[in-house]
Amino acid sequence: MIHLYELFHAMMKPMKNMNNTETMTSWILACRVEDIPENGGACVLLDGEQIAIYNFKKRGEWYATQNLCPHKQQMALSRGMIGSMGEDPKVACPFHKKTFSLKSGACLSGDDYEIKTYQVKVEGNEVFVAF
Amino acid sequence: MKKKVVVVGNGMVGYKFCEKLIAKGGSEQFDIIVFGEEPRPAYDRVHLSAYFGEKTIEELTMAPLEWYSENQIQLHLSDPVTNIDREKKIINTHQGISLNYDYLILATGSAPFVPPIPGVEKDGVFVYRTIEDLDMMKSHAAKSKIGAVIGGGLLGLEAAKALLDLGITDTHVIEFAPRLMPRQIDQAGSDILKSKLSTLGIKIHCNKNTQEIAGGDTLEKMVFADGEILKVDMLVISAGIKPRDELAKIAGLEVGSRGGILVNNKLQTSDESIFAIGECALHEHMIYGLVAPGYEMADIVASEIVGNATKEFTGFDMSTKLKLIGVDVASFGNAFAEEPDCQTIIYENKTKGVYKRVNISNDNKYLLGGILVGDAEQYNMLLQTVNNKLPIPADPEDLILGSRGGESGGESGVMSLPDEALICSCEAITKGQICHEVIENGNDTVDTLKKSTKACTGCGGCTPMVKDLIQGILKSQGKVVRNVLCEHFEYTRQELLSLVKIKALKTYDDVLEDLGHGDGCETCKPAVASILASLWNENVLEKGRLTAQDSNDRFLANIQRGGTYSVVPRIPGGEITPEKLIVIGEVAQKYGLYTKITGGQRIDMFGAHVGDLPAIWEQLIEAGFESGQAYGKSLRTVKSCVGTTWCRFGVQDAVSFAIEVENRYKGLRSPHKLKSAVSGCIRECAEAQSKDFGIIATEKGWNLYVCGNGGSKPRHAELLATDVSSEMCLKLIDRFLMFYIKTAEPLQRTAPWLDKMEGGLAYLKSVVIDDVLGLNAQFEADMDALVDTYKCEWKEAVETPEIRKRFVHFVNAPEEKDPTVKFEPLREQIKAEDWNAVVK
Ligand SMILES: Cc1cc2nc3c(=O)[nH]c(=O)nc-3n(C[C@H](O)[C@H](O)[C@H](O)COP(=O)(O)OP(=O)(O)OC[C@H]3O[C@@H](n4cnc5c(N)ncnc54)[C@H](O)[C@@H]3O)c2cc1C
Ligand code: SF4
Ligand code: SF4
Ligand code: FES
Repeated sequence: MIHLYELFHAMMKPMKNMNNTETMTSWILACRVEDIPENGGACVLLDGEQIAIYNFKKRGEWYATQNLCPHKQQMALSRGMIGSMGEDPKVACPFHKKTFSLKSGACLSGDDYEIKTYQVKVEGNEVFVAF
Repeated sequence: MKKKVVVVGNGMVGYKFCEKLIAKGGSEQFDIIVFGEEPRPAYDRVHLSAYFGEKTIEELTMAPLEWYSENQIQLHLSDPVTNIDREKKIINTHQGISLNYDYLILATGSAPFVPPIPGVEKDGVFVYRTIEDLDMMKSHAAKSKIGAVIGGGLLGLEAAKALLDLGITDTHVIEFAPRLMPRQIDQAGSDILKSKLSTLGIKIHCNKNTQEIAGGDTLEKMVFADGEILKVDMLVISAGIKPRDELAKIAGLEVGSRGGILVNNKLQTSDESIFAIGECALHEHMIYGLVAPGYEMADIVASEIVGNATKEFTGFDMSTKLKLIGVDVASFGNAFAEEPDCQTIIYENKTKGVYKRVNISNDNKYLLGGILVGDAEQYNMLLQTVNNKLPIPADPEDLILGSRGGESGGESGVMSLPDEALICSCEAITKGQICHEVIENGNDTVDTLKKSTKACTGCGGCTPMVKDLIQGILKSQGKVVRNVLCEHFEYTRQELLSLVKIKALKTYDDVLEDLGHGDGCETCKPAVASILASLWNENVLEKGRLTAQDSNDRFLANIQRGGTYSVVPRIPGGEITPEKLIVIGEVAQKYGLYTKITGGQRIDMFGAHVGDLPAIWEQLIEAGFESGQAYGKSLRTVKSCVGTTWCRFGVQDAVSFAIEVENRYKGLRSPHKLKSAVSGCIRECAEAQSKDFGIIATEKGWNLYVCGNGGSKPRHAELLATDVSSEMCLKLIDRFLMFYIKTAEPLQRTAPWLDKMEGGLAYLKSVVIDDVLGLNAQFEADMDALVDTYKCEWKEAVETPEIRKRFVHFVNAPEEKDPTVKFEPLREQIKAEDWNAVVK
C-alpha cells in the first residue's frame, strides 16, 4: 500500500524544483494533526530528510526542526521531551538531555550547537512544513 | 627608582606574600622579584594528594603565570638562590643572576626529614612533598604490590592514602611512637583511628623502630629492631619536616639548634632587612607546619614593608580538622589539657569508630579544647566556642553528643557567633565580612564568596561553616532556600506528591495547570510522571501522559547508541524454563538482535528498531513473558542464588522467595531504579548487600538489608532487621519502599536518601519498625493497592491500537525504518556503529 502522504509528497517534488529560488518557500504536506502526540514530537520523512514536528498544545503552537541531534549525530530529537526555559520553547534530546530552542534552534544547555528550524502551518487536519 | 623586594621560594606562603603585597598596593613602591627552585609556579601543597585523583596540575596551581606578569612580578623558576651577601645586599642564584635587594623575604619552606636508616638511598624509597615526588611514585607504583610508610603522623597517613589511591591495596604504616598522630590526638583517639584505618585495609604498626631498609639497588624489605621483617616494593618516608635554613646559615643568619630561621614578632631575622615566613621560620621555639599560620606571617610582613604595620605575630592556633582516608580527625584549642587543670568529658563508641573528648574549665564555664575522631561534624562550632569564649551549655556533654534530629544545632550555632569570629582562618575572614558580602553584595554561594573574599580557598576546612552561614543569613532575610523541582514548580518532590494525591490529579497537564507554571521541561516531566505512576499506577502511555515520559518510558524500551532500543523481558529471580529461552532465541534471530546476559540475571536484546518493538513484544507475551521495566525508574530485578533447592550450603529457598518478591514489586515506579537480591545463606552469592533492598537467609528466617547500591559510588546496604519471617520481611519492604517513594528527591537512590535523612538508619528503623509516624498501616495499604492494580504495560500497548501506532519512526511512512541506523559485525553478532566515527 502506498501511503497517502508519500504520494502527495511525490507530487510536491517537481513543484519545489520548479520554484528553485531562495525566497520562495513551498509548503509541503507533512502529516495529519493526530500523527503528532500532544505536547510532544514525531518524525516525518520529507524529500529524504528527517524532520521532527512538535505539537506544543500547551501553547497552541507547532514547531519543526531537524531530527538529528548535533551532539552525537543521533536521529532522536523527535523523541525528546518538550518544554520551556523562561519563555523559550525547547526540546531535550533523549540521549544526553542537551536542549535546543524550538524557535531559534540555539543550544540552550551551553554548547555551541545549532539546529535547523522550519515553519509549520496547520490547515484543518493537515500539517505543512515550509521546506 | 623603586625599591626592590626579593622573595626566595615560590611555595604556598611565598605566593601568598606576593598576593598580599599586591593587594596592599606594594607594586607602586616596589619591584618584586621571585626566585623559585621548583620548575612550576606555586601550587596547593595541602591538596597535593588530589593530584593522584580528581585534580590536574592546572587546578592545583595557586595562580597562573599570567597573574605574575599582569602584576609586574618577575618570576624566575628552576633557579634557587645560592648565596646572600648581606653587606652589599646582593643575592646570587644558581643560574648566575646577581641582584641587589632592599628587602629579602625567605619563604623556603621545609623538606621532609629523612632519618639516617641504612638503605634510605635505595630505589623505591620516596618522600612526599612535591609534584616531582608524586610523579616518581606513580611510575614506581605501577610495578609494586606492597607499600609502606614510615611515620604515622598527619603526612604519613596522607601518604598511606596516596598509596591506596595508586592501587597498592597492601599498605602498611610504621610508627615509632606508641600512637598515631602523636601531635594531634591522644592514645584513646589513636586506638579508634587505628581500628578505623584497619577496616580500610591499612595495616598499622605502632612502637616499631625501623633498623634497616634491605635489598639490592631496589629495596626489598624492611628490618625492624624487634627482629621482624616486612617485604615491601615501595616505601615512603614521612618522619617529620626539616625547615630549609641552609641558605640562611650560609648568610650567617641566626638559626635554631634543631633547625629553623630565628624570627621576632615582626618575622624579622637577625638581619632587619631580611624576613622569614612559613615553614622555614622559627618563632618562639615553634615551627608552624600548617598553611594558616604561614599566611598570617605573609600578611604581617607585607603590611610591615608597605609601612602599614598593624599587628605582630604572637603565635597561632594549631587547631586542625582533616579527613584522613575518609576518617575525620580534629583537634582544637588545648587538646591535651588534663585533670586537675580542667575537667574532661569523653565519649567513645568503638563499634562506630567514634571518639570525642572535650576539656572544660574547672568553673564549668568555658571550653578549652578537645579531640574528635570518626565524626568531626561539630569541629567548627567547638573551635569557635573556644576562640570566642562562648558560654557552654549547662550539661557540657551536649557539646559533643548534641541532639540528633530536631533543630539542626550547626546552623543556629553559626548565626549566634559574634561578628569578629574568625570563620576562615587561612585567609583571616570573619563572620562579619561574610555577612557583608552576602547581604550587601549578593554573593550568596560558596563559589562567589571564594571569588570576592578568598574564604574557603586555603585548607577548605571552613567550607561547611560558610555554607551554614549563607543559609542562615538568607533564612534570616526571609529568603527560603528550598530544593524545588525546577523553574516550573515551586515545590519539593515530597510536597508535590502530597498535593497531587490530595487533589487527585492524574495527568501531567493537570498537575502543571493546577500546581505549576510555564510549559514544563525535561526535569519536571519525568519527576511528575513518576509521582503519578507511584500514586495511581495507571498506564504511563495513556491520557496524554505519553509525552510527559522520558524517552525510555515513552517507548517502553531503553534507547541505545544509534537510536535503536533494547528489549528486556522480566525473568523473576533469574529462573527461566528452556522453552522460554528458546523463544528469546527465536525472537532475537528473527529481528536480528544482539543478545547478552545482564548483571541482573536476565537477557537483554539490543538493536531493535522502534517499529519492530510491538511485534517483538507480541511474540514474547504470547510465550508468557512480561515487561521487565528495564526502561523505567522502577523495580529492576531481584537476583537470587539457588539456595536450598540445589546448593549444599543453603538454609532457605532463596529462588522461591526472590520470585515472590519480584512479582510483588514488579512495575512499581519510584524516584529512581530499585534493585534487589536474595541469597540462600551468609555466603551471599547473590550480592544482596549491594542492593536497594537485599535479603539474606538465616537459620531462622531472613535478614533484611536496605539502601545499598553498586554503580559509580558503591555502598554497602545496612542491616534493617534480623531473623524475620517471609511475611514480616515483605511488610518491612512495603513500608520501606513506600516511605522512600513518598519522601525522596527526584532521581535520588535509596543510599543518598538515607544519607540525607535526619537521624539516619536509627530513624528509618523507628519509622518502619517502631511505627513512630503511625504510617505503617497506610504504607502497607498503599502498596497492596499498587500490587493489585499492576498490569503489564507492554501487553496493554500491543493490544491498544491508539498506543501501538505510536511505535513508528516516520509518522508519514510508518513502514520505513530509520535509514541512518547502522550496525557493525561483532563476534558473530552485531553492535551499534561507533558514534564518534559517524558523520551524517
Ligand atoms: C602532603 C601534604 C599535606 C599537607 N596537608 C596540610 C593540611 O591539611 N593543612 C595544613 O595546614 N597544611 C598541610 N600541609 C603543610 C603545608 O603544605 C605547608 O605548611 C605549606 O606548604 C608551607 O608553605 P611554605 O611556602 O612555607 O613552604 P613550601 O610550600 O614548601 O614552599 C617553599 C618553596 O621554596 C622553595 N625553595 C627552598 N629553598 C629555596 C631557595 N634557596 N631558592 C628558591 N626557592 C627555594 C622550595 O622548593 C619550595 O617550592 C601539607 C603538606 C603536605 C606535603
Ligand atoms: S549464598 Fe549460600 S545458598 Fe546461596 S549459592 Fe551461595 S553458598 Fe549457596
Ligand atoms: S556502565 Fe556505563 S557503559 Fe556500561 S551500561 Fe552502564 S552506563 Fe552504559
Ligand atoms: S546525542 Fe543528543 S544530547 Fe547527546
